[in-house]
Amino acid sequence: MASRFASVSDAVERLRTVDYLADTNIAGVVYLADRLEKPVLVEGPAGVGKTELAKALARSTDARLIRLQCYEGLDEAKALYEWNYKKQLLRIQVDREHENSWADVESDIFSEPFLLTRPLLEAIRATEPVVLLIDEVDRVEIETEALLLEVLSDFQVSIPELGTIVGTQRPFVILTSNNTRELSEALKRRCLYLHIDYPDLEREKDIVRVRVPEIDEELAEQVARVVRSIRELELKKAPSISETIDWARTLLYLGTSEISPEVIGETLHVLLKYQSDIAKARKELVPPVDAT
Amino acid sequence: MLDVLQGFVHELRSAGLPVSMTENLDAMRAVEHIDIAERDLFKAALGATLVKHHRHRPAFDTVFDVYFSLYSPGVDADDAHADEWAEMVSDATGGGGGGELTREELAQMLLDALMRMDREELRRLAATAVTQFAGMEPGRPVGGTYYLYRTLRQLDLDDLAARLVGRAQEQGDVPTDDLAARLQAEEYQARLRTLRELVEAEIRRRLVADRGVEAMARTLRKPLPEDVDFMHASREEMLALQRAIYPLTRTLAARLAQRRRRRHRGHLDFRKTVRASLSYGGVPAEPKFRHPHPSKPEIMVVADISGSVASFARFTLQFVYAMASQFSKVRSWVFIDGIDEVTRFFQTSDDVTAAVHRVNTEADVVWVDGHSDYGHAFEVFHKRHLTEVTKKTSLIFLGDVRNNYHASQAWVLRELGERARHLYWLNPEPRGYWDTGDSIMAEYVPYCDGVYECRNLRQLERFVATIAEG
Repeated sequence: MASRFASVSDAVERLRTVDYLADTNIAGVVYLADRLEKPVLVEGPAGVGKTELAKALARSTDARLIRLQCYEGLDEAKALYEWNYKKQLLRIQVDREHENSWADVESDIFSEPFLLTRPLLEAIRATEPVVLLIDEVDRVEIETEALLLEVLSDFQVSIPELGTIVGTQRPFVILTSNNTRELSEALKRRCLYLHIDYPDLEREKDIVRVRVPEIDEELAEQVARVVRSIRELELKKAPSISETIDWARTLLYLGTSEISPEVIGETLHVLLKYQSDIAKARKELVPPVDAT
Repeated sequence: MLDVLQGFVHELRSAGLPVSMTENLDAMRAVEHIDIAERDLFKAALGATLVKHHRHRPAFDTVFDVYFSLYSPGVDADDAHADEWAEMVSDATGGGGGGELTREELAQMLLDALMRMDREELRRLAATAVTQFAGMEPGRPVGGTYYLYRTLRQLDLDDLAARLVGRAQEQGDVPTDDLAARLQAEEYQARLRTLRELVEAEIRRRLVADRGVEAMARTLRKPLPEDVDFMHASREEMLALQRAIYPLTRTLAARLAQRRRRRHRGHLDFRKTVRASLSYGGVPAEPKFRHPHPSKPEIMVVADISGSVASFARFTLQFVYAMASQFSKVRSWVFIDGIDEVTRFFQTSDDVTAAVHRVNTEADVVWVDGHSDYGHAFEVFHKRHLTEVTKKTSLIFLGDVRNNYHASQAWVLRELGERARHLYWLNPEPRGYWDTGDSIMAEYVPYCDGVYECRNLRQLERFVATIAEG
């Protein structure tokens, strides 16, 4: 099977064309996952671009993105496939007048037209290149995880009435987790592991410049520095990349050319979402107004 | 190459990381696609295949740095390295003199490199600094920290930081307000951190060259954060623990909430069942149930905060309060020989760390001499709060029960235990030390529903999970 990326630097380049700046670690793991044909499990704080990575991969390789959003209570019927029960009922109703044998009816109503494909099956049956994103996999119960195992290791699905469906091509699979619980060892073993953390200063600056092209370099640098400074504080929720970008946009709309303590004070709520965090950051960064 | 990799995996396992057979095979397949000369990539490849928990990453980094330090960038040829080493040895034997650069010259060059943030140059200078200042001798059984200390003392990073700011001002980059000054200082701190890391890497590389990979990895092996003993943690380990607590509580809280929701099915919900039956043509094929709301336990924590166990009490309080949403009410007391309720500190602020700090500095816990007296503290607790302990309360006592030969007043625990739903005792000492010297654990044990050894985060987490499930 043709590989998607020729080399690691190719992966970096192609992701850059769709405005995703991958560092060595990210690009390396993506390249390996492609070569070893393994799924990637991406973990990290909220808002550092885990989901965005999957989207960027899809765009850069001209693949279709199929997304399975996980939630508590997700089951086979929602993740894999389901028989179209209502349609089957109708079919049986119609059949009453024709007096077909039961065997005919049975083989008829358990066939392709009555099958509702859900994301996992859809990804496996797809003939065109596909990126499968299994988002927030930590939200499903540990028992439901088992459902993913067959799909992830062999890229096949067993449907009792139809037999085993094997994929014609390997989708590129990205799983994301916010780490609200430990995933099972079995799942982790089948994946490559990628931890995305807050970026360093240079990369964050570049990200801001790519995502908010109107911003000038000077301001982008200041934005990145202030955000780094805020992340150093002990907060409930440190500002994420997406919040940095939002903040940069806000500054731009306000027509700010230079960041002063007053500006930070006014726009801090874009970066931080807890009142106690805002108070703390304000105390640290914004000098108290003189009472004169 | 495969031998090195196997040694590497073996060392990871010795350090406590769970590396399975499949992962090992994956790593071997992965390195076929990656050139070892590209160190960052190589590290990413091994990390992605072998380490599946983020908190194991620091341990992985250490082992990787040791095993592959001889392949580090810039070390083009082995002979160049050997020369350097020989030169260093001759320096050391020749009385340490003979360096080509004075300290001031080196400082000037470092400042130049730091201003431009030229990594290559910095690496070279770090190597020079190590050669000149560390005074490394082959075969000398001294740890890397000693050499690091010697090198950094000569480099004087604080002085460099001040001079960097000075230089910036000469170049017209004068901060206009406090904020700008702060940002500038942070930037230079970050650059100096890079320098420090480079020096560390250089020292490590030379030590590995001298002693061999395996011996070096063994000396550097450290317990994982969740296995660090509370009572003997170093300052850095303390900080690591501090950082580990919050994510751990979040994970635990999510798991408990989920389990609580799913644990029992409640009564049949007739309305919902009928509604669901409509999609099966009126046949109630899918019964629906009401979810019960099990009562959350009420927690009272009574902690000894005398010197020997202070850090343990601090972590436990922090842990319990971070989990406060899982309990209907949390109250806390601290004592040494006097006892004081500290719930107020936690109520007035949602910053648990700050509250814990206030507990340590403001709570009134000294009655006579500031030596642990469990008996007196318990008596006072009994007098003031006995009636507030109810059938819903889970009482948790924390302490090493080293009572300085005072009276135990164990009858207090008996009476409390009769009123409370549960009474637990957490002891941060290893079980083997209980009841030795002035430890009187045995006197309290009969009145506790559970007595736990609680020496590290792993044990603490397990305990909190047990009580939160009720």
